[in-house]
Amino acid sequence: MRFAQALAYRLLLAVITLVLLSIIVFAGCQVLPGDVGRAILGPLADARAVAVLNHQLGVDQPLLLQYWHWVSGMVQGNMGMSYTYRAPVGPFIGHALVNSLKLAGVAFVFVVPLGILGGVVAALRLGTWIDRAIVLSGLSATVVPEFVSGIVLIMVFSIWLHVFPLTATAPNSAGGLTQLYYLLMPAIPLFMIIFGYIARMARAGMVEALASDYTRTAVLKGLTYRQVIWRHVLRNALLPTITVVAVQSGYLIGGLVVVETLFNYHGIGGLIFAAAKAKDFPMLAAGILVIGLTYIVANLVADMLYSALNPRISFGRRE
Amino acid sequence: MGWSMPDATTLGTSAAAADALDVQDLDIAYRVRGRDRQVIRGVSFRIGRGETFGLVGESGCGKSTVALAVTRYLPSNGRVRAGAIRIAGEDALAMDAVALRRLRTRSISMVYQDPGRALNPSLRIGRQLAEVFEVAGVPAAERLDRAEAMLKRVRIVDAGRVMHRYPHELSGGMLQRVVIAMALAVDPTLLILDEPTTALDATVEAEVLDLIQQLRQEFGSSVLFIGHNLAVISRMCARVGVLYAGTLVEEGPTRQVFAAPRHPYTVGLLRCLPQAGLSKHETRLDTIPGFLPTSLAGLKGCVFADRCGLARDLCRQEEPPLIALPGGRFSRCHFHEEAPALPRATPPSPPKSTASRAALRPVLRAAEVSKTFGSALTPIRALHDISLELWPGETLGLVGESGSGKTTLAKLLLGLSAPDLNGVIELDGNKLAAAAVKRQPAELEALQIIFQNPDAALNRSQTIRRIMSRPMRKLGRYRGAALATKLTALMGHIRLAERYLPMRPRQLSGGLKQRVAIGRAFAGDPRVVVCDEPTSALDVSVQAAILNLLADLQAEQGVSYLFVSHDLRVVRYISDRIAVLYLGRLMEIGPAERVFGGPHHPYTESLLAAAAQTDSEGTRRLHGEIPSAMNPPSGCVFHTRCPRKIGAICETQEPALIQREGDHGIRCHLELDQMGRVAKAELEQL
Repeated sequence: MRFAQALAYRLLLAVITLVLLSIIVFAGCQVLPGDVGRAILGPLADARAVAVLNHQLGVDQPLLLQYWHWVSGMVQGNMGMSYTYRAPVGPFIGHALVNSLKLAGVAFVFVVPLGILGGVVAALRLGTWIDRAIVLSGLSATVVPEFVSGIVLIMVFSIWLHVFPLTATAPNSAGGLTQLYYLLMPAIPLFMIIFGYIARMARAGMVEALASDYTRTAVLKGLTYRQVIWRHVLRNALLPTITVVAVQSGYLIGGLVVVETLFNYHGIGGLIFAAAKAKDFPMLAAGILVIGLTYIVANLVADMLYSALNPRISFGRRE
Repeated sequence: MGWSMPDATTLGTSAAAADALDVQDLDIAYRVRGRDRQVIRGVSFRIGRGETFGLVGESGCGKSTVALAVTRYLPSNGRVRAGAIRIAGEDALAMDAVALRRLRTRSISMVYQDPGRALNPSLRIGRQLAEVFEVAGVPAAERLDRAEAMLKRVRIVDAGRVMHRYPHELSGGMLQRVVIAMALAVDPTLLILDEPTTALDATVEAEVLDLIQQLRQEFGSSVLFIGHNLAVISRMCARVGVLYAGTLVEEGPTRQVFAAPRHPYTVGLLRCLPQAGLSKHETRLDTIPGFLPTSLAGLKGCVFADRCGLARDLCRQEEPPLIALPGGRFSRCHFHEEAPALPRATPPSPPKSTASRAALRPVLRAAEVSKTFGSALTPIRALHDISLELWPGETLGLVGESGSGKTTLAKLLLGLSAPDLNGVIELDGNKLAAAAVKRQPAELEALQIIFQNPDAALNRSQTIRRIMSRPMRKLGRYRGAALATKLTALMGHIRLAERYLPMRPRQLSGGLKQRVAIGRAFAGDPRVVVCDEPTSALDVSVQAAILNLLADLQAEQGVSYLFVSHDLRVVRYISDRIAVLYLGRLMEIGPAERVFGGPHHPYTESLLAAAAQTDSEGTRRLHGEIPSAMNPPSGCVFHTRCPRKIGAICETQEPALIQREGDHGIRCHLELDQMGRVAKAELEQL
């Protein structure tokens, strides 16, 4: 009962966040560009043509009305018409989102377990060369930009060794395994960037839990090393890592412009980038809103998971 | 290993002859920045079967390191360089992982200071306790029942319910019972208790110590009790070893060692404690000058020589052996016969009070001050109609268990938290604004605070000079030469050399840091200083110096103190009057000797009984927890725990704070002659 209440409360907060986000997005995409028709048609276009276009697009109406139309459309699943393609935005966004989720999923499946494993192993071998190797490689991988690692990967594995395809986009008829094969190489730069964060967080949590009094209690009970780690250390140690994973998932879904461009992949990052370049404001706004939504959902899930695993924080209690 | 393990009975008989713990010539070092730093040197002691041995000493003396070594749980940079540890006849240092685990499962258990951290926060109590039985090989079906039975043995009332709780849902006293249950579940040969009650309230402490006594007799375990509180050690242990700078300086039967110490360090330590019946007006506490040696390497002669008033050439050249004395005692002092004649480090006579004490009105007055937290639907009344006065030059001691509202009251007076609307706080007869930010600079200057933990109170990145001069600049508007003069004077007042001025807090010891915190409070010539447990984080020798300083400053400057503390000995030494809080109510207020001597409130009586540690029958002991302020008991809030409850009137009608003879207010339905007094013998203990 309490859980349901708390969930309702958090969902309400999420909606409020979304509304605020929509206002910012609306302001950024529809209001700030000023004369939309002029922006699209360019400085040399005839003033009458601009006015006609503005009227067609509806941007000559009062702002509040424009916002209302936009938001009510969004709620009903009508994301507006793309300026560039003269077609509804929705299918574009949907398609791109599915693609992004696939790529993010592939990266996630590898980076979350391996990152945690790396952090745990480093903490268990604290101060040894294994620890240093994991921390150092995680740190160095994090600072390599995607366009550097991506280009190196393409050079080595596609052009030189011919192991992986140049593009991340599998042929239309491809099955699941083929798609996975196409996504493996683009997932590597993402893995490199995120691995360090997760490993460091897991390591810090482990170090703290290993030094704690309750771990000493467990050891002095006479439990085996394995039992101490599995029952008493891991669960307390990995709680903070959940939050990091949630934040990174937002990045993985919305922030992959470079990787998507490099590997010629049609994800939502690339879509937004293209929309911004082409001044396709409805597309841009819808894209940003969708990414915002994924962040909110990821954080909500992380909070729920955190409180489910940590009895000290009940999901319903607010301090 | 080819041979089978001996069964339990043969193990028991063969080991029965051996001591529970035998430590020989233990030498332990921590490796810090590539170098060995010795922390324990040549420590030897034995604990026979069923014996209790106390290891006492101040922080940094190596008490806990000994415990860690015995459980083979030294940190990875710690190493036993020489010596032997035998537990029930088995060589603990030579054990492989399997043997070590068997030792931990069957022979040793440990309870440590903070029970809240000793338990896994994300597992239920029952599961954690059952695990002990799992390791011991008890069938799965019986484990939970055995765990619940064990909780009952540590007198947990609602054991079945507690099994399903998480650690954060239980109080400190309850958690320590759970930890003790866990430690005794396998009936260990040796139970190590490392400051087991330091984190608990005096009333809870008394209960837990009782429990340990009873269980020790039931289980017949041998006990290694580590602590800094001499009163607790003398109550719990038959024998005691005094540890100083990693060296055992004196050992013997506790009673004799504390009654007639034969090492200058033990003598000094005992003299640092406030003595019964002597207040700041009669005497200053003795202190131990100087500091612990920074390095034990290459130390020639006696470790204590630098701080010892009896030290002579021999002491600095030749390390004394542990000399056997009659009555099974040992002292590591060349001149152990002279130890009782150790000259005082601090003159006993207090300085002449220069501040005039006559005053027409109180410096600080609180009238009907209340504080309610929480929402209108679920109010938590942290303070309820508190009225009190603080006169110039006097100390008002504020006592009560945790949760009684001591700190909340201090915060209200300082303006750090606003009281409910009807209350009035006055300084020199002028009403103070509720919030500190709305008070005048002169008013801020007049009301200062000293916190419990100087580490948290001082800005780590600022120099001592900056910390001390900032209030002078901000509040007193001192600049340039005037500031320098003022600063020099202040350093003189707090007896802190000027060479500390350019240093940062981390370069100072705990005692020096607290001196700086006191200096900061006195920077603006305050009228009232709130001292919130100012010595409870300090060792007794440092505590003595700080209490002396506070008393001297009061005599010199006529400042008033509101002194919050849970240590009744300290409160008694420093206070002129005492106020007793319970659940946010003022239960008693009056002159110190009357509040202590009685007749007094039953709650005060119980607090004193718990602190004196003499109430062996436990008739006046407080049982159970302090009730929640969210749902206080009806009538007299103390009736649920009161040992002198009369009857229905206590449950239905809240007594008023009635003025009895001699400016002594007591909130109780009892007549004066029905209330308790403290026996003279008990008063001696305080």
